Amino acid sequence: MDFKGSDTLPGPRTEDHLPHTAQAAVKIVIVGGFGVGKTTMVGSVSEIRPLTTEETMTQAGIGVDDDYGSESKTATTVAMDFGRISITEKLVLYLFGTPGQERFWFLWNGLFEGALGAVVLVDTRRLEVSFDVMGRLEEGGVPFVVAVNSFPDAPRYPVEELRTALDLSPDVPIIDCDVRRRASSKDVLMTLMGFLHSLAMSGALT
Amino acid sequence: MTPPRRTRRRPQPPPAPQPPRSPSAQAAEAAEAKGPGDNPERLYSVAGSGDGARAELDLVTLIVARSAPPVSATPEQAAVLRLCKAPLSVAELSAYLRLPFSTMTVLLTELITAELVQARAPIVRQALPDRSLLEAVMHGLQRL
Repeated sequence: MDFKGSDTLPGPRTEDHLPHTAQAAVKIVIVGGFGVGKTTMVGSVSEIRPLTTEETMTQAGIGVDDDYGSESKTATTVAMDFGRISITEKLVLYLFGTPGQERFWFLWNGLFEGALGAVVLVDTRRLEVSFDVMGRLEEGGVPFVVAVNSFPDAPRYPVEELRTALDLSPDVPIIDCDVRRRASSKDVLMTLMGFLHSLAMSGALT
Repeated sequence: MTPPRRTRRRPQPPPAPQPPRSPSAQAAEAAEAKGPGDNPERLYSVAGSGDGARAELDLVTLIVARSAPPVSATPEQAAVLRLCKAPLSVAELSAYLRLPFSTMTVLLTELITAELVQARAPIVRQALPDRSLLEAVMHGLQRL
């Protein structure tokens, strides 16, 4: 799997190499609270084993985390898992799973700004974790869909009740999913793409 | 049982098609937007300016080696050049080399300046949406 004379060098497996024809990439961001299933979703559709990119955070960013006992409270390194789907010989799609807190967003250039769109993955047991990120996406003009990851013991709400609670406009898709299943994760991504396409058709995408 | 409710911090009208605006109107809009450093005009970033040298590297900018590592290359540079025989995103390089993203971009900027690698800029969300791009992605996902 390694290059000649570099046995210890980490790198992609031979089957994970992109073709030389790969000209450009696009990205979709999956955002949600810790433990909501972002990495599971990335892993269920990715053609490569999910990888992790890291960024070092300054001290100023530490100590303002309101998450549920997350280990990142004392860490100075923030990690983001991602996966990849080859679309055509020339085009590659990357999926990034990222925590919703704004302070993470500045660590990676254009994580949201350049993304085609976002999936806000929510757990109905802690719906409020995703409130802030929805506001940020709206303010940034990043189109998104809401995917409700179905945990067995989570409360179930009718879609319209969720829409009201999340204060989402009628056109924003809300769908149930089980991100452990590839078909379900694929449905979520197709829903996002369909939504982006309808925005493009209506000329409403800014 | 009812779910908790979100309160919007700043109700916004639905986005309307943007007519050309005067600088003063833009300034007024910028002033209206709360929050420090909030620039409503910057909805997407253009990664890569074409000239390469000062290209803004995105997580999904694809990097391709232009040559084998020269003898003068540092071990890190040589590692990147070996990994990028086939196109690889900045994010993947960062992951495989276990380097923070910002460190990775510094390293890559050196390599771009030295013309040892080529950067292929990502396609970012556009003011004018590209329907054929969206359709291509949909067709690709359909095959999953």
